[in-house]
Amino acid sequence: MEGSEAAAGLSRPSTGERINEFARAHARSLSLGALLLVTIAIVLLKGTHDVAQSVVDGLSLGSIYALGAVGLTLVYGILKLVNFAQGDFLTFGAYMAFLVNVTWNLPLVIGIPFAMFMTALLALFFEVIMWRPMRRRGAGLLQLLLMSIGLAFFIRSVIQFFWGTQIRKLDVDNLSSVTFLGLRVGQTELIIIIIGVVVLSAVGLGLRYSLLGKRMRAISDDIDLAETAGIDTQRVIYLTWIFAGALAGLAGVLYGATTNVKPELGFEVLLPLFAAVVLGGIGDAFGALIAGLFLGIVIQSSTLFLPDEWKTTIGFLFLILALVVRPSGIFGKAKAV
Amino acid sequence: MHVLPFAINFTALSDFGFWAGVVISAGVFMLLALGLQLNVGYTGISNFGQAGFMAIGAYTMGIVTLKTGLSFWLSLPISMLAAMAFGCLVGLPSLRLRADYLAIATLASAEVVRLVALNARDLTGGNLGLFCTTDGSKCFDDTWLSISDTINGWLQDLGWSDPDALVPLMLVVIVAALLATVFLIFITKSPWGRVLRAIREDEDAARALGKNAFSFKLQSLAISAAIAAIAGWFFAFNIASISPTEFEPAVTFFAYAVLVLGGLASYWGLIFGSVILWTVLEMTRTIDLPLNADQQGALRFMIVGLVLILLMAFRPQGTFGKKEEMVLGE
Repeated sequence: MEGSEAAAGLSRPSTGERINEFARAHARSLSLGALLLVTIAIVLLKGTHDVAQSVVDGLSLGSIYALGAVGLTLVYGILKLVNFAQGDFLTFGAYMAFLVNVTWNLPLVIGIPFAMFMTALLALFFEVIMWRPMRRRGAGLLQLLLMSIGLAFFIRSVIQFFWGTQIRKLDVDNLSSVTFLGLRVGQTELIIIIIGVVVLSAVGLGLRYSLLGKRMRAISDDIDLAETAGIDTQRVIYLTWIFAGALAGLAGVLYGATTNVKPELGFEVLLPLFAAVVLGGIGDAFGALIAGLFLGIVIQSSTLFLPDEWKTTIGFLFLILALVVRPSGIFGKAKAV
Repeated sequence: MHVLPFAINFTALSDFGFWAGVVISAGVFMLLALGLQLNVGYTGISNFGQAGFMAIGAYTMGIVTLKTGLSFWLSLPISMLAAMAFGCLVGLPSLRLRADYLAIATLASAEVVRLVALNARDLTGGNLGLFCTTDGSKCFDDTWLSISDTINGWLQDLGWSDPDALVPLMLVVIVAALLATVFLIFITKSPWGRVLRAIREDEDAARALGKNAFSFKLQSLAISAAIAAIAGWFFAFNIASISPTEFEPAVTFFAYAVLVLGGLASYWGLIFGSVILWTVLEMTRTIDLPLNADQQGALRFMIVGLVLILLMAFRPQGTFGKKEEMVLGE
């Protein structure tokens, strides 16, 4: 049995292997083509208006996913750390906004920067007391992964300890909506889409063209080489955590504003965030950003065909599919995983 | 006498029911962690889907007993086969992936199981869970309860007057956990088990020797899933219902806490890990701490979180683990 398999490897590539090779070589155009076909099919089936409406609905969820996923993917790429605590950074941000917005009764405009600042501080704190010492000891991938699960539990339980399990609401107007071109958008959703588009464009452009972005990519490729080239890697790592924390805090506030604030908020979004990271190609911030938006739209569009409660399941199935079909991400270069 | 500001009441610890509860939970999580030991400790595959396999086991048992004419006894092997089949379904595409991707893929598949259980109401009862048929004539644990009564009768014949209602389940869980441990030790020491270790240490070398590494990994995952299904039955008997909230990913993470507390590549260590963890966790519930219910609930997660963080930081191979067999450091 095993012998024949080895023998097959020596002979000419079979048809299946040739198809595989073709698919691998043209992965990007093939996946974009498939995507286009599916979109056209859905538009033909459901009509332009319904599709446009679900795209608009999906954009606000997608912006939140994208904001959360950018930090997750940067940390993953640079530190090779699968940070299961990222979701709980979002929860922490949402509660910080709750503190300002409801407990202290100040406007959310003040709550957002406060939440971003505090979450960045939290991320930096754990880098200093946990991740940096563990890196120095040469901890392995699974070891760090289990630690981040422990950290996720810890952050969540501390939040639950102080605020309880009751479901809280931020002081936002979730009732009024705006209508344009026959599409109805909730006021909060519209604000989220605007914040999302502005921040994400700035982040995307910034990471692509700024020196910091280039340094992050260099470290992500090869940390030793980056260090040899004179990059202060520890400083870039600190900045990455600050960046990841601030964006996660923002995403948490926005998610809390559209739904509600509760200790398990972060875990609800964690797997969709992983989906965006994987789909965008691990370590690729721009990919995660696009994939996050895309995933939000896909999840929302699934409600055109299925009852609302199935949409999270669709998101997870999409994640598994992405991992299986194209673990290097839809935009990623094919590399060994 | 000087009065402590936070008087803590330890009387619960002398109650037999408390310890029976600890042993049942410890046994269930021991079974889950045994599967993880085979996967993570001996094969080197990062399976994060135990909660899903457990859910498949519990739900298949419940659905077969309640919705088909088949007997309870038949539902047990069917549910194990269902969990193994699901293990293969998950493993076939994902076992080729790197450890971190595999972890995410298995975690996501377990969440898909839970969400299907939550939303396929006709089959699973949705968030209300699965318990009895709508007319109440038949419940999934009828047969179990009669077995439990029989065991209780035996104990009374042996001279134990009025044993706690949990004792039969406790005994059965202990026996099952021990049998599973002996079975796993046996297969791990067999030539089959040596191939698993070879794959863990160097997959390419194992393949070069003509071993079909992928097939061995799949078998490892399927066995783990079958044992998780058994854990699922006992979990369901213990709380007398099968509902989606019991199969959240936290269950898998708790099983990992047992695994690292016990130690990697040591089956017997898991007994220590599961009993210690559940004694502490149940104590947070029964001891009168000056905290409200939410805060007591939070303590459980805080403890598991700290166990994972501190062990991984200072003793990654676990209490009884063998450093030379550690896979976490790669």
